[in-house]
Amino acid sequence: MKKGKEENKIVFPGQLHESPEGGMLVTKLDEIVNWARSNSLWPLIFGTSCCAIEMMHAAGAKYDWSRFGFEVARATPRQADLIIVAGTIVMKMAPVLKRLYDQMPDPKYVIAMGACTISGGPFFYNTYSVVKGVDHIIPVDVYIPGCPPRPEALLHGMIALQEKIKHQPVFRKNKKEIHHDERRIKI
Amino acid sequence: MTKEELKYKLGEISREAAFDETGEFLNVIIPSPELLPLIKPLRLNKEFYFDYLFCITCVDWKDYLSMVYHLTSTLHRHTCVVQATITDVHCPQIESVSGIWKTAELNENEIYDLFGVTFLNHPNLRRLFLGDQWKGYPLRKDYTDEHMILL
Repeated sequence: MKKGKEENKIVFPGQLHESPEGGMLVTKLDEIVNWARSNSLWPLIFGTSCCAIEMMHAAGAKYDWSRFGFEVARATPRQADLIIVAGTIVMKMAPVLKRLYDQMPDPKYVIAMGACTISGGPFFYNTYSVVKGVDHIIPVDVYIPGCPPRPEALLHGMIALQEKIKHQPVFRKNKKEIHHDERRIKI
Repeated sequence: MTKEELKYKLGEISREAAFDETGEFLNVIIPSPELLPLIKPLRLNKEFYFDYLFCITCVDWKDYLSMVYHLTSTLHRHTCVVQATITDVHCPQIESVSGIWKTAELNENEIYDLFGVTFLNHPNLRRLFLGDQWKGYPLRKDYTDEHMILL
């Protein structure tokens, strides 16, 4: 892409060849599909504790995640393709979260926001009810540490997810592993 | 009624009651079989009229359990705390107060769920938060779960 005047435009993958009849675009299918996917991620409205408050700030006017294409937050998993797990997941919530994830259409992405979803957070050692990391239940794309992470950290994580999507193959199946550990969780 | 008056009147009802005035409220400490004989007059007697049970707690002291009832009166605006000591930690039992305050029903279910205290004459004693398959009582000090609790 040309720099300078076009710097403020959205970076479109591919080369535009102008001709008298209009023009021609040369690009790769992977790149253009991923460009579309990464720039319109629809997050599911889902929050279980204090991280959700920070997530709401990220959606609000001050941090405004719609600048990066996340503005269409959905209240149903069937219309969402991104779930931000914001908050502690307990054993009772685990099957519900799994079900929400299963209901989301492919391609779908998961952001683990905060210490609780990464490892169980402050409840890691001595509690009977908290899942020790959400990656025991669903596969996670981006981890954002913090307790809770600031909205800037969340935005950084979401932009990192967009970068990740841009480098994924579209048609080859992307194998996602759940770090399922029988010792820690039984669902 | 002031703390002093409460203490005097309660001492008349139950001879086994011990008192602790260090906290904000007057604490009445009794053995668990004495619970109903003490707590019924507290609700029914016009001069006490403790019509609002605002908190039930169980405390595990390892060699005994305490049931803690916070009572207040919306009429007289006085408050007192009844602590019933359950000495049998292996099979703890106490009379239900759900016949006196309906609100106790769910609170007692919760305590049964997490501490394993059996409430006698409770209308529907069951596991409230944890599933029916759950083994043990997680808020007891001797509770262990090698999968979930790491320290």
